[in-house]
Amino acid sequence: MNSDKNIIKVEGLHKRYRIGLKEEMHDSFLGATLNFFKSPLNNYRKYRSLYKFDDIKSNQAADKNHNSDNVIWALRDVSFEVKKGEVLGIIGNNGAGKTTLLKILSKITTPSFGRAEIRGRISSLLEVGTGFHPELTGRENIYLNGTILGMRKTEIDRKFDEIVQFSGVEKFIDTPVKRYSVGMKIRLGFSVAAFLEPDILVIDEVLAVGDSDFQKKCLNKMETVGKHGRTVLFVSHNMQMITRLCSRAILLEKGQIKDDGPADKVVASYLTSGMAGFSERTWKNKEEAPGGDVARLLAVRVKDEKGKVHPSFDIRKPIGIEMEYEVFKSDYLLLPHYNIFNEEGGWVFTTIDTDPEWRGRRPAGKYKATAWIPGNFLSEGILFVQSSLFTLEPTTTQFEPRDVVSFQVVDSLDGDTARGDWPGSMKGAVRPLLKWTNSFTKSKY
Amino acid sequence: MLNSISRKLNVIKTINNDKTEEITVVEHRSGWQLIDFKELRKYRDLFYFLVWREIKVLYAQTILGFSWAILQPLVQIIIFTIVFGNVAKLSTDGIPYFLFSSVAIIPWTYMSQAMTQSSQSLVQGQHLLDKVYFPRLLFPLTPVLARLVDFGISISIIIIVALYYRVMPTWNLLYLPLFIVLMVSIPAGIGLWLSALAIRFRDVKHGMPFVVRMLIYTAPIVYSASSIPETYRFIYSLNPIVGVIEGFRSCLLGTSMPWPFIWPGILTSFFLLFGGALYFKKMEWLFVDVI
Repeated sequence: MNSDKNIIKVEGLHKRYRIGLKEEMHDSFLGATLNFFKSPLNNYRKYRSLYKFDDIKSNQAADKNHNSDNVIWALRDVSFEVKKGEVLGIIGNNGAGKTTLLKILSKITTPSFGRAEIRGRISSLLEVGTGFHPELTGRENIYLNGTILGMRKTEIDRKFDEIVQFSGVEKFIDTPVKRYSVGMKIRLGFSVAAFLEPDILVIDEVLAVGDSDFQKKCLNKMETVGKHGRTVLFVSHNMQMITRLCSRAILLEKGQIKDDGPADKVVASYLTSGMAGFSERTWKNKEEAPGGDVARLLAVRVKDEKGKVHPSFDIRKPIGIEMEYEVFKSDYLLLPHYNIFNEEGGWVFTTIDTDPEWRGRRPAGKYKATAWIPGNFLSEGILFVQSSLFTLEPTTTQFEPRDVVSFQVVDSLDGDTARGDWPGSMKGAVRPLLKWTNSFTKSKY
Repeated sequence: MLNSISRKLNVIKTINNDKTEEITVVEHRSGWQLIDFKELRKYRDLFYFLVWREIKVLYAQTILGFSWAILQPLVQIIIFTIVFGNVAKLSTDGIPYFLFSSVAIIPWTYMSQAMTQSSQSLVQGQHLLDKVYFPRLLFPLTPVLARLVDFGISISIIIIVALYYRVMPTWNLLYLPLFIVLMVSIPAGIGLWLSALAIRFRDVKHGMPFVVRMLIYTAPIVYSASSIPETYRFIYSLNPIVGVIEGFRSCLLGTSMPWPFIWPGILTSFFLLFGGALYFKKMEWLFVDVI
């Protein structure tokens, strides 16, 4: 029971959910009528099956990667320990089980098997402004939200002025929250959370909202929180934030711990493993491929100069994005293009096929179009590709699926990239290596 | 082995040792367990604010505000007086019909509204349920308490009507707290059962208004309990609403206390509440997973 012991101890956590309950369809009147009378019983079985798992007798099934048709294991045999004062980042793709893990630790949902032992007061922040009621004023919502997050009334009384000041909505504190802008609501919500004083703070991807100035303010606040010996569990897709704030990280993949160690190492292994996305996608099946009446998409891939497909690229090297598509009707003016987005959802740029050879009307057939992004251009991070094809005269959209492929740009510390000798974080959607010139005059000092 | 132990153990055990370090154990649990009053105590500030929010928000952006708490039962009393008192001429043991129905409609309005809201509380609070932990019991109990404010306001109808008919308070009035407790325990018990059921089967939402409309005829609200044949009296009185209505009438109008109509209901409501709490706690763990 000593305080130098692990503050969180997780042993063999499993969590299963039932998904994909199928609706039966009937194409005959008789079938539909019969089903109408049978359906109450079927519905009862269906909704009951959401929490009855008679078909799986023990957790042995889980260990054998058992997946019956509609049971998914959101977490499988997750074990780890967290020391007091540690700031632990949890990373992984969507659906890897990050939020489920946080929900179990904050007692919102229970594990199917396994256990977790938590020493001390835990506060979880899965959302900003939980329980805010639009009809209540800012003042009233601070009290409501504060108690929902586990604060006592006297505690809020004491911190009230600070909270209001931090949020910067002093003028509107007695106005109903429904008259607030979205930004103001978020600021108010986060300010309450920022003044929580639990032993353990659990944070889901909540910093992704709000304007960047306020985000920075919250980050600073969080960093001081970490320095005060508070234990923080932090889920984010923003790898820079993870490496900056966390001393240690856990990588989850399909509900299992894939990696556990120093944050920068785990982040690096996540980014280079290709788990962060797929850099190649092909459609074998005609029906599934995105397309219109003139053309359809066959494949999209991200490759290097030698034509090899990679999940991640050195920031200095050119990156080729290739789309393969098939045109069924001749004599159209075609406009293949890409939209590139970064992980914050920001639109980095659009690039359109300007190959002079194919500016005119094209015959039917299969095409391969590659856009070359020069080295030392994109910023570090994960980039998502929307691959799109328009026709001109008339203008139609043949396909424009988002996030078909993604890839990673990794900066290096060799000194010959745009960061030069600077090891810290750098912002911006692009990171061009510019030519700098200096002039110098010797001074007397 | 871990599995078999954890099945039996409680999901959350909070042990306080003298260094105020608390240890929370999170594990799977499906079985009967009692209410953790210690935990509830820890969340009393939140409970206060949840009730307060419910009260505050109920009549937000209305012109009449809390007058609604008077208007709704008042209109019902007037309609019942016209339909059942003047047209159908139901027997009221000599009490003026307006007075007779006032003392019944006021607690009935409270009970029907509180149980309807309480049974929907988890479904309506699912957003909160999914994002933060606090004792789930607070969900169904919040409307049961919040609605008491309406009840308190609408009591003024009874006072005015009693003054008009020159009904003097009697010693029976001392029993009123007992019947108010009974009145609160009914929607609390039903709310515990139905909210836990409603989160899994939304049928409750559709059935509830209909059932409540029927329930009004199972208790002596529009008619007098004395019209029930002696042989069916016990079965009739197992409905705890009967006891509340008869008790209220006796307390406020000073008629003799009809205990045979009251005590069966006290037993039922106790089992309703106790059973509801057990059932709710047993089902608690799956609420979030079945939303």
